[in-house]
Amino acid sequence: MDKAVDSTEKKEKEKESIATILPASTQEFFLKISGLTLFGWRYLKHIFKPPYEIAETFRQFYEIGFKSFSLVAITGFIIGLTLTMQSIPTLQKFGASSLVPSMVALAVILEIGPVITALIFAGKIGSGIGAELGSMKVTEQIDAMEVSGCNPFKFLVVTRVTAATLMLPLLVVLADALALLGGFVAINISDSSTLQLFLRNSFNNITMADVIPAMAKTFIFGFSIGVVGCYEGYNANRGTASVGVAANTAVVISSLLVILIDMLMVQLTSLIF
Amino acid sequence: MDSETKTEVVKDDTGESVMEITDLKKSFGSNTVLKDVSLSLKRGETVVILGRSGTGKSVILKCIIGLIPPDSGKITAFGKEYLDLPESEENKVRIKIGFLFQGGALYDSMTVRQNLEFPIVRQPHYKKEDLTAKVEEMLENVGLTKAIDKMPSELSGGMQKRISLARTLMLDPKIILYDEPTTGLDPVTSNEISHLILEMQKKLKVTSLIVTHDMACAKLVANRIVVLKDGGFTAEGTYEELEHSDDEFVRGFFEFE
Repeated sequence: MDKAVDSTEKKEKEKESIATILPASTQEFFLKISGLTLFGWRYLKHIFKPPYEIAETFRQFYEIGFKSFSLVAITGFIIGLTLTMQSIPTLQKFGASSLVPSMVALAVILEIGPVITALIFAGKIGSGIGAELGSMKVTEQIDAMEVSGCNPFKFLVVTRVTAATLMLPLLVVLADALALLGGFVAINISDSSTLQLFLRNSFNNITMADVIPAMAKTFIFGFSIGVVGCYEGYNANRGTASVGVAANTAVVISSLLVILIDMLMVQLTSLIF
Repeated sequence: MDSETKTEVVKDDTGESVMEITDLKKSFGSNTVLKDVSLSLKRGETVVILGRSGTGKSVILKCIIGLIPPDSGKITAFGKEYLDLPESEENKVRIKIGFLFQGGALYDSMTVRQNLEFPIVRQPHYKKEDLTAKVEEMLENVGLTKAIDKMPSELSGGMQKRISLARTLMLDPKIILYDEPTTGLDPVTSNEISHLILEMQKKLKVTSLIVTHDMACAKLVANRIVVLKDGGFTAEGTYEELEHSDDEFVRGFFEFE
């Protein structure tokens, strides 16, 4: 009997020592990863379970999607314009100026459009969700929902993550289109081309095998940004300073995740296609 | 006048217990906040919890409503130990217990009307056609019908507390837990809120558990007062009984005038 107790104590001590071997920052890192994973899993479990917060989801489409249109459109246009203006002299040196539209389109659709839009989205929406839910936590609004027999996770998290997942791909399409328009304007500054010719040259070398993975990853970007923003806000501490921390951490983690997911998706795409 | 009003409330008391808290314990890390808390609430009575700041008064309320899980102990409401039930069953009991938060906790992205509608439209079998009338009735109860389309940011602290009480009343709770309902308000508004609590208790015959430091509020509304010290209740009685307690610590709460 005593031996059994001793061995249990020994095992517990071993576990404790393994945990304490890791530095506090490493422990925090793994706790964050597991917390985010469980939070994302909880979302997936709740999304198909009634009741559905349809009206709030549509309100979030408007708040998260529509209200980001202008920022994404301006950024997309400027990036397309700048990229093309910088590419023209280089490609002219190699006598390949006719490839400018094609190169710009490939760069924008495959990489620059999705990643830049996702990073802007992480800055605007990730921080916004983190701060909003964080301040709701601090002012006990989330608790108030819970005590009134409602499910705050469904109302606050499921709606926002769904909106972020579905709106980011639309914003990327908008950014891509405006970036190509920027490219067209840039070409017409130094040379002249019709829109029809520019578009034909742009899409000459682009296939569905390029477009599908590029669009698929934007759903994952949106999902990650939504989950991280909601997780940070939903789990904010009680002090007012934690609202700022939640917003800041949401942007840092979701931006990092966008880059990581992009790298993984490129590897995965090259294996499949 | 006040004692007459409270006598009326006691007359409504059928002696039936609506909530039982037994041996409640709660620690945060190495800090043991509640060591052994036991309390029984009878139908229609108003119990005030007194205690120094940081002694765990709000923790008791949050354990009751399920926002903080107790380490051990039993909490039953209407004969059911609801905190261990599945979520849907737990909610059925929980919506009979209203909670008034210290800061009001109004949803700041919604109007007063939406705040009041929020809990009720998420209940199964609610009647949509009765909704507006119900919202107006509750706002009338707290004397703020004109605020129906205002945002919480447009309201004063006292008005926010009233709206919060109206929202709590939307689900027809049988027990209301008040977490420092008059904190942060001027004496006149505090007095208004205290009278409102008393009025609601008389009108709706709810059982109330109030955490407060406001002795004027306690004097006005309490049928019974319990004093929390070192993680347990150290004294219990009416306002008048505790005012003349032999315990210096207990008497200290009443030496405010």
